[in-house]
This record gives sequence, structure tokens and C-alpha cells, in this order.
Amino acid sequence: MLHLKNIYKCFAKGTSYEIEALRGINLHIPEGNFVTIIGSNGAGKSTLLNIIAGTILPDKGEITINQQDLTNKAEYYRARFIGRVFQNPLLGTAPSMTIEENLALSIKRFGRGLHLGLNNERRELFRNKLVQLELGLEHMLTKKVALLSGGQRQALTILMATMFDPKLLLLDEHTASLDPESSKKIQLITQEIVKEKKLTTIMVTHNMQEALRYGNRTIMMDRGRIILDISGKKRESVTIDYLLKQFSKLRKEEYIEDELVLA
Amino acid sequence: MTWSLLGHALEQGLVFGIMALGVYLTFQVLNFPDLSVDGTFPLGAAITAKIIFSGGHPLVAIMWAIIGGVLAGGLTAFFHTRLKFTNLLSGILTMTLLYSVNLRIMGKSNIPLLGKVTILDIVKSYFPFLSLDQLTPLLFLFIVLLVKVLLDYFLCTEVGMAVRATGDNEQMIRSLGVDTKITKIIGLCLSNGLVALSGSLFAQYSGFADVGMGIGTIVAGLASVIIGRSIFKDRGGIGWITISVIVGSIIYRATVMIALRYGYRLGFQPGDLKLISVILVVIALTFPLFRGRVKSIVASNGSNGTENK
Ligand SMILES: Nc1ncnc2c1ncn2[C@@H]1O[C@H](COP(=O)(O)OP(=O)(O)OP(=O)(O)O)[C@@H](O)[C@H]1O
Ligand SMILES: [Mg+2]
Repeated sequence: MLHLKNIYKCFAKGTSYEIEALRGINLHIPEGNFVTIIGSNGAGKSTLLNIIAGTILPDKGEITINQQDLTNKAEYYRARFIGRVFQNPLLGTAPSMTIEENLALSIKRFGRGLHLGLNNERRELFRNKLVQLELGLEHMLTKKVALLSGGQRQALTILMATMFDPKLLLLDEHTASLDPESSKKIQLITQEIVKEKKLTTIMVTHNMQEALRYGNRTIMMDRGRIILDISGKKRESVTIDYLLKQFSKLRKEEYIEDELVLA
Repeated sequence: MTWSLLGHALEQGLVFGIMALGVYLTFQVLNFPDLSVDGTFPLGAAITAKIIFSGGHPLVAIMWAIIGGVLAGGLTAFFHTRLKFTNLLSGILTMTLLYSVNLRIMGKSNIPLLGKVTILDIVKSYFPFLSLDQLTPLLFLFIVLLVKVLLDYFLCTEVGMAVRATGDNEQMIRSLGVDTKITKIIGLCLSNGLVALSGSLFAQYSGFADVGMGIGTIVAGLASVIIGRSIFKDRGGIGWITISVIVGSIIYRATVMIALRYGYRLGFQPGDLKLISVILVVIALTFPLFRGRVKSIVASNGSNGTENK
């Protein structure tokens, strides 16, 4: 499914505040996998998702989805494979447009035409989808999205991101900015949709418990590298405590390694 | 206050309403402050005057005026999307360049159309029972409403919605598979096509084209959008907004004319037209009542939708 080969990304290259956000990422995610990614602030998790989605282009490396080389393809083009939910609820929806208009925008990922974006058939489809969220949004189709809460917006964004059965779903701490109650609710909705559509998914989270509970594989990143990649039996036996210990241990090793390289 | 004054305000408000709809399309829908409008309005007038003066059919003149406007909008879009200039600079470059283009098209700085057959004369020949004073506002009302209905429809199509989303949240619509370069090109071409149409009609209505006639077009367009949107309650629907922009344009023209007619008591002169229009915009923008409704025009353009609370 998704192949990342030797991805490098450096911000502000050649200046004194140069940041190597990604340093040689190799990753293969087979169809149907649900990968959770953890790592400290600045580890490069969002950068990795941005590189996969095409929001930013890598300095080096290769990205393929289903054998198609996407390395130099624009973000809008990759959208026909990728659905995305951002950390910031404001990023995922168009605030001055109505709920039904936002949903209508998400129906097609290419080949938009000069016929009306909304009709009764589509409204019916949206209503049916919104009912499943159990947030009452199905009664507010013509309400502007600006009037919705962060949680409602995020739920809407998930619907929009998955409306067009994407090959790959990218979730970047999409519940982090919500209150605990909404966060739980949105996580539940996410898991239901992913299961129902059997989506290949990458979910970044700061919550180690979530990282282990959901999905079938967990990746730990630190300073632009993948330092741990566990799945299957091993992952089942792993505890949060173990992850934390591994984290500090692997991090130390990495520092030493870097120092050797620099020396 | 005389009826003829209001009649002229109505006629001009309708003609300039088409231009205001174009300005609404870029400034508000696309969130793109497009200054090329000051050049495309006289471009439409120049092309029209040239063709009609040389004996061409007014409809042909109108068609070429629209095409010219669309191309000018495309040039601004090219500067912005291909050469990566800021939206302001892109518009300024096109506007400045069009000044020379307009001079070249006309061959001189002013072409009079008195005695030439304009679209008004042609339509009048089908309605001989109407006087020109009756026909003019009716014809302009018909055209502006036609433009409005087509624009409303377009903005509700899949492509039109993508254009709106581009102005509302560019990151989001890109991640939904829209090439925002294309939607910007579409919006700019369409907008400038409308502005040039407005310029074409105005030249035929007023009987001349002049290279200087575009100065302040943006301000007039913005004033119309702001006045319209603040007077009407924000019902949200596209249809209401476009109507309010047209009504805003009429109110703006009426206000300017009244100010010109009676402003001499305050010391205004005919040459103060542009000054008055700016004063009107400033008043409209600082009025707390208006402010909230049109914030997106006044505020700097964030364009990623995050500034919307
Ligand atoms: N556009 C950018 N320009 C410059 N530096 C950037 C840019 N985007 C990210 N960075 C830097 O790259 C590094 C990795 O950032 P990234 O956002 O990927 O981290 P993250 O793992 O998502 O962190 P967090 O958990 O805080 O979201 C950081 O040091 C960040 O400052
Ligand atoms: Mg992040």
C-alpha cells in the first residue's frame, strides 16, 4: 500500500535555525493496517503526515501508494487516495459554508462539474451519514459550520475525509484539542468508520494508552527518526511503562549514535 | 431632490452593480483583493468604444469586452499562481499594464460615442413604445439580474463551491482534491469578465470611453458590497447576498450623486467624486453597526480559514 523510502526533510536549510525534521524515514504500511504514531513534540510526526499528503515535498526520498509514484505529485492530486483530519478543527472545514455544502465538497475528489453541488438525493445521503454521528447535525444541514463546536467540526471533518472511501486515512492528533468527553466521542466515531470501511489508517496521538489500544501497529518517532515499530504479539504484551522506558533508552542510544557520526 | 437624479442613480447603480458583483466575487468569495479591476473596467469601455466607433455591432463589442476582461483576470491569476507574486502586487501589475493597453486600443485617451448605434438603440428598436428614459433602467435591470442569476447558479455548482471553499479554507479544499490554482484562475477570470462587461455597458450608456474612467472602480465596488451587506440582514444564502450587492451599488450611486449635487454647501466640487467615495467607504467601515458583518473585507486576508472564529 504505502511505501516511504528514505525520506529526508530539512526546514530553513542553510540558516542557523536549520531543523532536520525527518532524517531517513523508511516505512511500509500494507493494506488494512492501522498504525498509531507516538513521539515527543517536534519529533516530526506532523511533518511525516504532511509529506505523505503532499502539503510539503521531501528534500529526498520516494513516496508510493499502490505502486504509483506520488513523490512529485501535488497535494490536490494525492487527495484522490488520501483522506485527512487535522489537529486544528478549523483546518478541516469551510467555516462560512453550510454543513451540507461542506459535505458536498467532499463527495468527489476530482472531476467536479458545472452541475449543482446539492440535490435532494445528496441531502438524503448526508442526513443518513450525520445520523450515525449521533450529534444531531442531521437537523442543521443549512447551518454555517462557523457556528459548530470544535468536536462537531471534527466529526464533520471525519465524515468528509472518508466520504470518498480513501485508500489511506491520515489522522493528526485529531482529538487533542477537544474536551475529554468530545475527544472520546470523536475517537469512537473514528474507530467505527475505520472498521466499517476497513481503511488503511495512520493516527498520530500523544496518548500512549490510545496508541496501544487502537490499531494493530505502533510506531515511535524521535527527532526525525522512527525508533520503535511494534506490532502483533509483541505489541499485545507491551505496557505504557515499557514504552516510556524504551523511549528514554532508545533516545539515549540515538544521541550517542549521532555524536559518533558528528565526531 | 429630483426624480431625474434618482433615475440616473438607479441606472448607474445597476450598470456598476455588475462590476460590484465582480468585486464581490474576488474580494469576498475568493478572499483575493484584486486591484486589476481599475484597469479592466476601462478595458471593457475601450474595447467597446473602439469597435462601435469603427462601425462594429454593439453585441460584438460587448462580447469582445468580456473576453478582454477574462484575459486580464487570467493575467492577474498567472502572476499570482505561476510567478508566485502576492495577490496585491499581481493586481497592481495588471492594472498598471492595462492603462497602456487601453491607450493602445483606443489610440487616444478618449473616444466619444455620440451618434453611434449602441446596445440601447438596438434594444429600443424592438420596443418603440418605450422612451429611452424608461428603457435604460429596464434593460440594465434585466442584464444585472441575468448576471446575478447565472452567478448564483455558478456558485452553487460543484466548481463554484470549490471556488468559494478556496476563499474560505484553502488548505481544506486542497486536501479534498481541488487544485486551488485553477479555482483562483476561474474566479479572477469571471470577476474581471463581469467588470469589463460593466465598463462596456457604461461606455455605451454615457457615450464615451476614457482611459481615466477606471480610477476608483475598486473603491466603488467595495463600497457597494459593504453598504449592501450591512443594510441587509445576513441571511446567508448566495441569492440574498448578490441582491444586496446590487442594491448596495444603487444606494452608493445615489449617495454619491446627492453628495455631488448638494455637497457644494459643504464645499465639495465635482472633482471630489473619488474623495466622496472614499469618505463613504471609511464611514461604512468604521460604523460599528456595519463592521462585524463585513469584517472579512477589512481584516487582512489570512486565507487559511483560521481567522474565522
Ligand atoms: N513549516 C515549517 N518550517 C520550519 N520548521 C518547521 C515547519 N514545520 C515543522 N517544523 C519543525 O520541524 C520539527 C518537527 O515538527 P512536527 O510538527 O513534525 O513535530 P510533531 O512531531 O508533529 O510535534 P507535535 O507533537 O508538537 O505536533 C519541529 O522542530 C518544527 O519546529
Ligand atoms: Mg504535530
